[in-house]
Amino acid sequence: MLNATSDITLSACNLTRRFGSHLVIHDVSLEMRRGEVLGLLGHNGAGKTTTMQMLTGCLSPNSGNIEICGINLSRQPVLAKSNLGYLPETPPLYRELCVNDYLTFVARLRGMQLPAIADALIQTKQRCDLESVSKKIIGTLSKGYQQRVGIAQAIIHKPTVIVLDEPTVGLDPGQIRDIRTLIRELGDHHSVILSTHLLSEVESICDRVEIMQQGKLIYSDTSVHMREHGNVSGFIVELHNPPPLSSLADIAGISHVEPLSETKFRILHKSADNPKSTLLTLAEQYNWQLEQLTPLQATLEDVYVRITSAENEIGKPSTGAPV
Amino acid sequence: MIRLLALRELRSLFSMPSTWFMLSILQFIFTWFFLNTLQTFLDLQPQLAQLANAPGVTSMVANPLFNMAALLLMMLVPMFTMRLIAEERRNQSFVLLLSAPLSTGQIVLGKFFGLMAFLAILMSSIPLMIWTLALGTELDYGLLLSNLIGLLLLTTSYASLGLYVSSLTAQPIIAALGTLAVLVGLWLADIASTVESAPWHQISPLYHFQNFNSGLLDSSDVAFFMLFSIACLLLTMRRIDNNRIYG
Repeated sequence: MLNATSDITLSACNLTRRFGSHLVIHDVSLEMRRGEVLGLLGHNGAGKTTTMQMLTGCLSPNSGNIEICGINLSRQPVLAKSNLGYLPETPPLYRELCVNDYLTFVARLRGMQLPAIADALIQTKQRCDLESVSKKIIGTLSKGYQQRVGIAQAIIHKPTVIVLDEPTVGLDPGQIRDIRTLIRELGDHHSVILSTHLLSEVESICDRVEIMQQGKLIYSDTSVHMREHGNVSGFIVELHNPPPLSSLADIAGISHVEPLSETKFRILHKSADNPKSTLLTLAEQYNWQLEQLTPLQATLEDVYVRITSAENEIGKPSTGAPV
Repeated sequence: MIRLLALRELRSLFSMPSTWFMLSILQFIFTWFFLNTLQTFLDLQPQLAQLANAPGVTSMVANPLFNMAALLLMMLVPMFTMRLIAEERRNQSFVLLLSAPLSTGQIVLGKFFGLMAFLAILMSSIPLMIWTLALGTELDYGLLLSNLIGLLLLTTSYASLGLYVSSLTAQPIIAALGTLAVLVGLWLADIASTVESAPWHQISPLYHFQNFNSGLLDSSDVAFFMLFSIACLLLTMRRIDNNRIYG
């Protein structure tokens, strides 16, 4: 899927955007290849939507350069945008049209020819599970269906770059799973960039993650690497007959012991030397009655919180003595 | 692309019940007024027959009808123009056009021509009603044509101004009231100044319509309407571009 030799479909260079004197996006650079799904993670107000608006030509950056399939977005906007499908936060629907008419209109708007539209319409409706509502007025559909019509309009013309702003918002769990499968499928042939604050989404569908905070990209890696990044070396140990805390802390290699309950402890150690075997021998020797020993595994969530809070710490100006 | 956008605009207009309601009310008013002026003409006809150079049926019936339509459209066009951009902004569907491979000019012209097609349909009943008189009498087609061209140009200026005001806000009601305020303001500037040569007359679209109404095709009036509309359309394009720049 992820192929370093495949062509670059979207590249953004040093994007900066202010609203008044407020700097919202600061020096953001992105690059995407064909067959890649990129997740843009961040808190509310981190600048995800603004970045996406700039990538789709709805907002011009104050400085920086965007190229879609090698075409400069600000110099040849019409040509560049024909390779683009965009689902904004609120799906851009004409509520008074029926689904078929709306999708046909959108396809023609993106420059598709009428004979090709018929096939694309059938395929897209099938992919987004919209066949049952194709003759209904969009305004009468439920939120979930409207969201799916929104996704359908972004993919009907098979664009090279698909930009999805929180695509699974308002869907029920079953639909979320379907849409994720769809995005994964799309990611095999197109470049998909999606913003979300659901970490499970990133974990299940994204090849690569970019974390945004306060208008900056603070972390970029594959989602697998990201999980490893924050991996802590440690384990949770349960002893029915525990020794005093100090004797546990004294064991060679253990850097930190934290009691979770009377019998449960969280033990951290340096990644190089694992004191597991020492602990086991000692437990045997002093009859600590070992019940369980579970290695700590960082979830993507932990890593995310760690990365963003670490960045916060760095970002804060030093104010001398702590309060 | 412009045609596609215009057709979409028309389709949306006709899919709303309120449009049909407005059309029927308007048709009722036009017909009522038409029959009323026709009755007046018929009542006066014996006296007119004695005059040496009496006004004909076209100037007695068609002129007041077109004049009334011009005033009525001033009130009504804002109701239709308010939706064009303001409502799309409010529904957040404008993003679809902004991210589509379209130039700003195409977006603006698409919306403009869509609305003009609708207004043309709305106005088409007026000449048709007058044309029915041709069954019984001779019509002054020259006068009719100049009135028709005048009304079309007048509506063009209303529609382009409405489109511009609609692009300034995300609230359709504000857009409607704003357009109405400007149009009434221009009209008042015209009728409030009693001096014949006052420059205030020149800024009012309705004043420029009066020449067409009396059958006079003046190129300066045509130029006024053209310039007025083109200026509004250019301002709208600029406004949408600025939207991209200032957010």
